[in-house]
Amino acid sequence: MNALSLSGLSVTLQRRTVLRDVSFDIKPGEFVGLIGANGAGKTTLMRAILGLQAHQGHSSLAQLPQNARAGQAAWMPQMREIAWPITVESVVMLGRTPHLSALQKPSADDTEHVEAALARMELTAMRHRPATQLSGGEQARVLIARALAQDTPLLLADEPIAGLDPAHQIATMQTFAELAHQGKSLLVSLHDLGLAARHCSRLILLDNGSVAADGRPEDVLSAERLAAVFGITAWCEHTEQGLVYQPLDVIR
Amino acid sequence: MKRGLLPGLGLAIVLLFAASLLIGPAQLSIADSLSGLMAGDDSPVALVMREIRLPRALLALLIGASLGLAGAAMQGYLRNPLAEPGLIGVSASAALGAVIAIQSGFAAAFVLGLPLAALAGALAAVLLVMALAGPGGTSLTLILAGIAVSALASALTSLVLNLSPNPFAASEIVFWMMGSLEDRSMIHVWIALPFMALGLLLLGTLGRGLDALTLGEDAAQAMGIQVSRLRLQLVFGTACVVGAGTAVAGAIGFVGLVVPHILRPFVGAHPSRLLWASALGGAVMVLTADIATRVILPDRDLKLGVLTALVGAPLFLHLILKLRKERL
Repeated sequence: MNALSLSGLSVTLQRRTVLRDVSFDIKPGEFVGLIGANGAGKTTLMRAILGLQAHQGHSSLAQLPQNARAGQAAWMPQMREIAWPITVESVVMLGRTPHLSALQKPSADDTEHVEAALARMELTAMRHRPATQLSGGEQARVLIARALAQDTPLLLADEPIAGLDPAHQIATMQTFAELAHQGKSLLVSLHDLGLAARHCSRLILLDNGSVAADGRPEDVLSAERLAAVFGITAWCEHTEQGLVYQPLDVIR
Repeated sequence: MKRGLLPGLGLAIVLLFAASLLIGPAQLSIADSLSGLMAGDDSPVALVMREIRLPRALLALLIGASLGLAGAAMQGYLRNPLAEPGLIGVSASAALGAVIAIQSGFAAAFVLGLPLAALAGALAAVLLVMALAGPGGTSLTLILAGIAVSALASALTSLVLNLSPNPFAASEIVFWMMGSLEDRSMIHVWIALPFMALGLLLLGTLGRGLDALTLGEDAAQAMGIQVSRLRLQLVFGTACVVGAGTAVAGAIGFVGLVVPHILRPFVGAHPSRLLWASALGGAVMVLTADIATRVILPDRDLKLGVLTALVGAPLFLHLILKLRKERL
């Protein structure tokens, strides 16, 4: 049973093809990094998968009714919007929305998930502060915690670690890897190829709306492909500390 | 939420409602007023209480609660503290309907003419706005459609005034548009009540969706909130309460804008908790303002809408200054 399966997913916006015939499956326990240049279609792909974007083709998630979808997949959009100065723990509690009916109060189970998410993202100390007064990176962690609290088999996140400090970038990637170990599936778009290579179990490279490569990080990030898709060179080596990957120069 | 906020507002409403019943140009003692209200006879005191003061107090309560609730819902949906219920063009269109009724003589010919014409205007506005904004549009298309309809209705109102051959009708229109609860009867209450009850129900159940919308439309949808349905509920709910309010009392501004803004810090900024707090707060504000129109200039017929705007604008300036201080 796949956590997500796509076949022939295409999106056309104003007569411009943004996604062309994207097909792949994600199994439970996979931590998939979605990489690609700006404008390659990463965000459009994730929104189409979630059914937030009109598309042709098949997404197992978009087919579900909206309520069931919210129980299957959590989504952290790239736009980090927190409109009102509500407290950090209230934001995280919003992740429990799909599990609560209209007038239901949060149960002990809900509170437990919120506590766990706060602890994972190291937010317990700032739980009572208005989320709007936090720094951009801290807000990103709050929103990641919100998505974690939704407690779904699948988590989609659009550039979740952009703007985080190095320690929190690494910690977040480790959290995601740990969730994958527990049998959850993740599809996370990233620009940091070094972190993607080190932590993801699989990478999908998107180029101009189609899948250019899909597989183990060391296979996807080959020198020829990097030159063709990103126009960069990189240094890549298997070391005692695992795969180390460092982009070097721009080829023009 | 600050404890005691809702009971406090509730108590204030009870006291203000009683005060509204007891204050008026006919100098009645408290005992006379109460016995007049209870008595079923046709004595002058009973008539004053049942036909003048009771409908007035009831309308202030209903309209205030409606405007407060609609304002909180609109700000929550648009995620903008400057949003107000009039934004979707309903109040301007209801006013246009009323103005046409006054100008054409329909209002004078038939006691329900004016409110019914205003309700028809509100209905036309909501249909036009939904047609313009489309079923799947974003909050931005809704704002733009609302502004377009508002502007059109205001322009047509000006046109009616402009072409009005009758200066009396023109001055009646101008005074009506200022908003007042004077000389309203129980008939007005019965016209407004069903729409307001429906609107309060539609708006009052939006809390969960509005909370989720704090994180944006995409995130809310991914949390299982049907945003397009929520928007439909918001627009029809607002149209019901604002349309009915404008139909019986004219345009009463600033309540839907200021009340949610003042109460937001007291409810931890939660859009859901703000809904009912704002409803109570709106009732407090309109009841107070309506009593004030009778106390400040009892014989000059001070209009309610003028007073709410006079009180609302400086309150708003104060909030802006406070906000600026926090930013610095």
